[in-house]
Amino acid sequence: MADLQTFQYTPKDFKSDQEVRWCPGCGDHAVLNAVQKALPELGIPKERFAFISGIGCSSRFPYYMDTFGFHGIHGRAAAIATGVKIANPELSVWEITGDGDALAIGGNHFIHAIRRNIDINIILFNNEIYGLTKGQYSPTSEKGLVTKTSPFGTVEEPFSVGELVIGAKGKFFARTIDANVTLSTQIYIEAAKHKGTSVVEVLQNCLIFNDGIHDIVAGREVRDERTLILKHGEPMIFGKENNKGLILEGLKLKVVKIGENGISEKNLLVHNALEPNPGIQYMLANMRYPEYPVALGVIRSVDGHTYETDVEEQIKAIQKDAKIKSVNDLLGSGSTWKVE
Amino acid sequence: MAKNSQVIEREEVVIRFSGDSGDGMQLTGTLFSDTAALFGNDLSTFPDYPAEIRAPQGTVGGVSGFQIHLGHSEIDTPGDYADVLVAMNPAAVKANAKWVKPGGIIIFDKDNFTEKNIEKAGYISDPVIEEKLDSFNVIDAPISSMVKEALKNYGLDPKSVLRTKNMFALGMVYWLFDRKLKYTEQYFDKKFVKKPEIAEANKVALRAGYYYAETIEALNPVIKIEPAQIAKGTYRNICGNSATAWGFLAAAEKAGLKVFIGSYPITPATGILEEMATRKDLGVKSFQAEDEIAGICAALGASFAGNLAITSTSGPGMALKSEAIGLAVMTELPIVIVNVQRAGPSTGLPTKTEQADLMQALYGRNGECPVVVIAASTPSDCFHFAFEAARIALEHMTPVLLLTDSYLANGTEPWKIPKMKDLPKISPPFADKKDIPFLPYKRDCDTLARSWAIPGTPGLEHRIGGLEKTLKGTVSYIPENHEMMTKFRADKVAKVADKIPDLQVYGKNSGDLLVVGWGGSRGYLTTAVRELQSEGHKVSLANFNYINPMPKNVNEVLSKFKNIVVAELNMGQFADYLRIKYPDFKYKQINKVQGVPFTIKEIKDNCINILEGK
Repeated sequence: MADLQTFQYTPKDFKSDQEVRWCPGCGDHAVLNAVQKALPELGIPKERFAFISGIGCSSRFPYYMDTFGFHGIHGRAAAIATGVKIANPELSVWEITGDGDALAIGGNHFIHAIRRNIDINIILFNNEIYGLTKGQYSPTSEKGLVTKTSPFGTVEEPFSVGELVIGAKGKFFARTIDANVTLSTQIYIEAAKHKGTSVVEVLQNCLIFNDGIHDIVAGREVRDERTLILKHGEPMIFGKENNKGLILEGLKLKVVKIGENGISEKNLLVHNALEPNPGIQYMLANMRYPEYPVALGVIRSVDGHTYETDVEEQIKAIQKDAKIKSVNDLLGSGSTWKVE
Repeated sequence: MAKNSQVIEREEVVIRFSGDSGDGMQLTGTLFSDTAALFGNDLSTFPDYPAEIRAPQGTVGGVSGFQIHLGHSEIDTPGDYADVLVAMNPAAVKANAKWVKPGGIIIFDKDNFTEKNIEKAGYISDPVIEEKLDSFNVIDAPISSMVKEALKNYGLDPKSVLRTKNMFALGMVYWLFDRKLKYTEQYFDKKFVKKPEIAEANKVALRAGYYYAETIEALNPVIKIEPAQIAKGTYRNICGNSATAWGFLAAAEKAGLKVFIGSYPITPATGILEEMATRKDLGVKSFQAEDEIAGICAALGASFAGNLAITSTSGPGMALKSEAIGLAVMTELPIVIVNVQRAGPSTGLPTKTEQADLMQALYGRNGECPVVVIAASTPSDCFHFAFEAARIALEHMTPVLLLTDSYLANGTEPWKIPKMKDLPKISPPFADKKDIPFLPYKRDCDTLARSWAIPGTPGLEHRIGGLEKTLKGTVSYIPENHEMMTKFRADKVAKVADKIPDLQVYGKNSGDLLVVGWGGSRGYLTTAVRELQSEGHKVSLANFNYINPMPKNVNEVLSKFKNIVVAELNMGQFADYLRIKYPDFKYKQINKVQGVPFTIKEIKDNCINILEGK
C-alpha cells in the first residue's frame, strides 16, 4: 500500500475544469461529490485513476474527473475497462454506467466482467429509466411502468441488480442512495479496496423522467423505516426508533420488532458480508418494500482470485522456463532448414 | 530401399489428399509438405475442409482435402489441377475427380468402395465407370485390409488400426516421389512419445504403403522433383494465421510495447488468437472475450493503457466491431483489426475463401470514418503486413484494418526467416512531461497524429471519448470544429501515403494489358501473368497491398497500359474503388465468387480474350 502521507489530495484535486452539465438537482451530482470525496482516502497517486464509461447521462462522468478518462460506446464500458485493467493492473479502474448501459445493451459484458472477477469498480446509476433518450423504460423499470415506449405500461419483469451480480458469481455488491453522500463515500472506499469486481448500485433519481421513483423507500421522511443499512458484524437493525430487525424464519427472512414476542437484539441476524455462501446475502439484496426494508451498504464482499493477477502470474510462470525469450528465438523454433 | 524403377524428372507437381473429414487428410498433407520443404522444394499448400467437424460419414459434404503444389521452379499457388489424387472413399472421388489432370494418377482405397459407400457418395453404379476413370492411371489399393494385415500382431483395437490408413497412403505417395520417410517417422516419435505403440503403428503403416507401392508395377515411373533454386538462408514452413500473429509480436518487440489481443473465436481467424494465446512466453496478454464487440473494446482499452492492441476476426465479426472501430477513429488510438475474409454474406461459406469484405473495410461504418486498410498477399507475407499494420497504427495513431483471407490463413509456404535486426524500429508518439498541460488532440505537423499519453504518467491526465472534441479535449458541438476535426482525421490517414512504398509492377512498366489484383490474389495472378509473358504477350501485373491510402504512383502505373483488368474474388469491389479514385481509366473485370481461388486457366483465358479484343 502506498504511503498515505505522500498524496495529500482533497476532493478538489479530482475536479476537472469542465462545466458539469447534468440537470440541476439530478442525483448524479451527489454521486460525483461522493466519488471525489472517496478518492483522496485511497492513498493512490492521482495519475493511476482511470474512469471508463459507456453511454447515458451517468456516462458523462469521466469528463468531470481530473483523472485519465475514456467515454466509450453504449454498453461496452465493462469491456473497455477490462482491457485497461489487464493491460496495466496497477491502475485503479472505475466503470461508470447506468441501468440501460450495463443491463440492457451491455448485459453480456457486465456479467462476464463479474464472472472473471477483474479488479474494477463498477458504479451503476439505477434510475429505472432511459434519461438521455428522454424517457423510455429500462431493464430495471417496475412492471407496469408507463413511459413513452410503454404508454400502456410495461409487460416485462425487471432485473434486480444484486440478484444478477450474485448470479454471475459476483464477489462484491453494495447498494446506496445518491443523496446519502456519507454512506456512498464509505461504500466507494470499500469498493476500491476490494480486490475483484465491485458493483455498487446507486438508487439515483432522474428529476426529469422518473422523478421520485425511489422516494417510496429513499424519501427523507420514510427512509429510516424502509431501508436497512448493513454493517459487517453488526445485527440487522433498522427503523426510526432502531426497534426493527431481521431474523431467519425457515428459509425466509422476516421483519420483527424488538421487544415483541420475546425478540431481543441478540435474536437478530448479524450481517456477514465476508461469507462466501451467498444465500443470506442474496435474500438481503432482493428485499423489496413493503414486505421488507431495502438493504443498503456492503451486502457481499468476498475475496477471490482476480483475472488480471492470474494472467500476470501465468505469464511469469511460463516465462521462467521458456525456451523462447525473443521473437528471434520464436522465428527459429521448430522445424527449419538451411539453403546454402 | 533400392529403387529399380524408372525415374522421370518434373518441374512441378500437384498432389491432392482427400477423404472423410475424420480420415486425417490435413495431417497427411502437412506431413508431406514438411518433407518436401525439408528436401528443398518450393511449395504452396491449401487445406479445404467442411465447416462441420464430422459431417455425415461417406458423403460428399464431409470430404476434407489438402492440396500441395511443389516444384523445382518458383511456386506461387497451391495449383489448379492435381497430378495425383489420393481418395480414401468414393465420396472423395466424386468431389475431386474433375480436378485431376487428364492421365493423372488416382489412388483409392478399394476396401472402402462398398455398395453402401458408393451409394452414399451419390453414385448409382461403379464410380470407375461413372467417372470414366479409365482415362486416368487408377491404382485401386486394398488399403484397409493391408493395414489390418500389417498391424495384426501389434495388439491394437480395430479402430486404431484403421486410423493408420492415411499413413499407408502417404507411404505410397512418398515412394512415388522418391521421398525419405525419416521426417515423418520423427514426427510420430515426438508426437506419441507417451504412446509408443501408436507411433510404431503409424510408422509400420507408412512403411507398408511405401513397400506396397514399390511392389506394384502401376506406380512406375518414380517422379523426381529436384530442389528449387531459392535464395540462401534459413527457412521454415508457415501458414498465414501464424505469420500474422508473429508479425504483431515482432512489431511489439520493435516498439518496446506489451501486446494485447482481444478476440472471439471465428473461422477462419481463430488460428491467430490460438497462436497469440500460446505465446505467453513472449508476454502476450490474450483475452478470449465474451463476444466480438468485447474483443475489440477490450483491445481498445488496452490501447488506451499503452499496449499494442490487436483484435482478429472474420467478416461477420467485422460487422459487429464496426461501432467500436468508429470509437477508435474518434479517440485516435492505435489498434489493428484483422479480418480473415471468408465467403459471405452472413454465415455464408465459413471455411471458404473470398475477397468480398473490401467495401466493408473501407466504408462500413457510420459517419466519416476513414481507417488505413492494407492487405497481405501470401501466407508468409502476412508477417510483413501484420508488422506494417502495427507500425502504421502506432506511428500514426490510427486504427488499421488488415485484410487476409481463408486461402492465406490456412495455406502454407516455405518462408525465409527474417532477422529482427533487419526490421525497422517503431516509434510511437508518446506524450511526456514537456507536453504538460496535455492537449489530447494536438497534432504532429508531419503525420497529423496526436500524441499518446499513457495512464500512470503524472500530469498527463486527460479525457477522450466518442463525442466530438476540440484540440483541448473538450466536448464540442461547434459546427466548424466538427468539420475541421473530420478533415484532420481524413488527412491523417491520407498522409500515411508518405510512409509506404510505391506500387510494384511485375513485368514491363508498359504494355497491352495490366492485370490488377489486391491482397491474396497475388500467387495465381503472378503465375498466370508469367505464363502469358513467356507466351509472348505484353502483360504485366500490379497487385495492391496498400488499399487506403494507395501508393502515390498508382496513376502513373495505370497510365502506361492499353488495357486494365481487375481480377478479384468478388463482384468487382476493387474495380469500383479504382473507378472512384482513378476515374480516367477504363477497368475490365474478372470476378469469381465460388469460395475457391481463380484457376490459372481462368485468368489466362480472360486475359487472352481482352488481348484479342473479344
